[in-house]
Amino acid sequence: MKKFRKLAALALAATLAMTALTACGSKDASESADKNAETTEDATTVGFIYIGSKNDGGYTQAQNQGTEAVKEYFGDKVNILTAESVAEDKQTVKTNAENMIDNGASIIVGTSFGYMDAMEELSAEHPEVTFLHFSGNKMNDTNFANYFGAMEEPRYLSGIIAGMQTESNKIGYVAAYPYTEVLIGIDAFTLGVQSVNPDAEVKVVYINSWNDPANEKAAAESLLAQGCDVLAQHCDSTGPQVAAEAAGAYAIGYNLANPDAAPKAFLTAPIWHHDKFLVPTIESIINGEFKPVSYYGSMADGYVDLAPMSDLVKPEAKEKVEEIRKQMEAGEFNVFEGPIYDNQGNEVVKEGESLDRAGIWSIDYLVKGATGADN
Amino acid sequence: MLLNFLVAAVVAGTPLIFATLGEIITEKAGNTNLGVEGMMFMGAIIGFIVGQQTNNAILAMIGAGIAGGVGALLYAFLTVSLRANQIVCGLTLTIFGKGFSSFLGQKVMGTLVPASIQQFFVPRPIPVLSSIPYIGKIFFNQDIFVYIGYLLIIGATVYLFRTKPGLNLRAVGESAASADASGINVTLYKYIHIILGGALCGLGGAYMSLVTVPVWQENIIAGRGWIAVALVIFASWHPVKALIGSLLFGGLSIVGFRLQSMGIHVSQYLIDMLPYLATIVIVIISTRKNKKEDMAPADLGNAYFREER
Repeated sequence: MKKFRKLAALALAATLAMTALTACGSKDASESADKNAETTEDATTVGFIYIGSKNDGGYTQAQNQGTEAVKEYFGDKVNILTAESVAEDKQTVKTNAENMIDNGASIIVGTSFGYMDAMEELSAEHPEVTFLHFSGNKMNDTNFANYFGAMEEPRYLSGIIAGMQTESNKIGYVAAYPYTEVLIGIDAFTLGVQSVNPDAEVKVVYINSWNDPANEKAAAESLLAQGCDVLAQHCDSTGPQVAAEAAGAYAIGYNLANPDAAPKAFLTAPIWHHDKFLVPTIESIINGEFKPVSYYGSMADGYVDLAPMSDLVKPEAKEKVEEIRKQMEAGEFNVFEGPIYDNQGNEVVKEGESLDRAGIWSIDYLVKGATGADN
Repeated sequence: MLLNFLVAAVVAGTPLIFATLGEIITEKAGNTNLGVEGMMFMGAIIGFIVGQQTNNAILAMIGAGIAGGVGALLYAFLTVSLRANQIVCGLTLTIFGKGFSSFLGQKVMGTLVPASIQQFFVPRPIPVLSSIPYIGKIFFNQDIFVYIGYLLIIGATVYLFRTKPGLNLRAVGESAASADASGINVTLYKYIHIILGGALCGLGGAYMSLVTVPVWQENIIAGRGWIAVALVIFASWHPVKALIGSLLFGGLSIVGFRLQSMGIHVSQYLIDMLPYLATIVIVIISTRKNKKEDMAPADLGNAYFREER
């Protein structure tokens, strides 16, 4: 009897664990299998590896919109495989990618920074497969490329709106971690604010997490309590927007052009158009003309953009944004053009000079007008 | 400014009040259920979905309680009836609960709690009490969910220390064999209180999804279940100390943001450590004082085999 009970306990525990795992993963597997069944002979199979779930309302959803656009553009010529919520450890990434390769994938797209080393190894082990990596900085000459976007451009534009929208001259910025990509965003945003309203200050609060909706909201509330009347964010949930709406303030989102969470607060959002890279790149791979690049898509390329501005945005702000947007799209506008001072008063970009991509990606300071921890 | 922070600290602490109280009741029955995080996830998603479907805040809370209770029932079956290892089953329940919420949450990702429910949970001042200077504004100008938390703390204190079933429950946790010998139905007591504890954890999770965030997002609990497990030790298994601890830990979890936005820069990592440091300090103090009533139930974590009595 005791033995039976032990066995039953084990079986139940195992079932529990299995269900938990299945809940996360199996949907994709079955989906992949379905798609595979209808594979036509000459179709190219592309595998997408995601860090989150397809409808996370932010980062991965934006990635998946790119994937949807690829599907629409190529139709029958391309089969799509996806794996969601793939953790950033090397073995997990490699297992997922190799599964896809076994299922016929000749292109693997990894959409998170932490996939980089796994993809580098894979590219050496599978020379017949092409690997495209979002946000990384490694590549090779044959089958491994990376891509990212000049998010500083739409961030600058959203800063213009915040600068003209604020009454209290205090703007809040909820940020994930104080590291380069985030600092670039804060600086570009602040430069945008200062270009139209030198009296306004940008207060930054770091959450030290990418994934804590309640704390994102709590951080936003602390900024609102300090008198901020416009919030911007570099974090993934809509928490700051919801908090802004409850306090009667404005909010600028990120990743998605989605005002639904806070229709009375949402102004706009810097967004991605991943298809602007994926479609031509996949086409060139299919045609055998592909050469690995380190792609950096700008407003001019249409890879990054500012979401349509809501009716809450002041007309004069809209005008100003359109003016600068035209210059950006013509490739005539550099966000980081000197003179730029950091918030300690040191000149970091001299008059007449401007930062190129390498210069931008070595930013380790907040510019004048922005205040935050570690500075 | 400080007042605003303290009001926010109560809101941040409320999910912890429920979860900690739930785990205290579970542990008083002699079972360590490390599935708090999982049961909070289950309550959060079921409460959210029921709320969206019915537009009824009460039903949403009942649904969340049932969801947490069902999670706990699974755990109780494994650990009480089948006498499986409590730590392993609890951890499994945490993993299960998180997967369960992600799975069910796919359809409602990023959607809002209906306006009628948000309206139900707006702060409502309690007459008389809310006019006490400071205290009234901080504690008695909150939403209904918070008040239910206060009532549960009072109720649990009376139940545990002033009633016969409460005494029996503590006996089960201290020594299941003695309790059994004195005619207490050990299995029944364990089942009821583990399920009750799970229901409270479910409610704590629902507070996160219905009131704190009011939008469904993945990973909405984000480790608060583990803080609750630490809080049980911090509170030395006493509901009133759990209330104090929850508010303190809730405050600590948001104090970093307040300092940052005021331009005072203390490392967020340091602040994130404070609740755990505080727990360690309390454990050291209570071991040194060596008072019986501050200790864990003596039979905590042991499966009860009547045959081996």
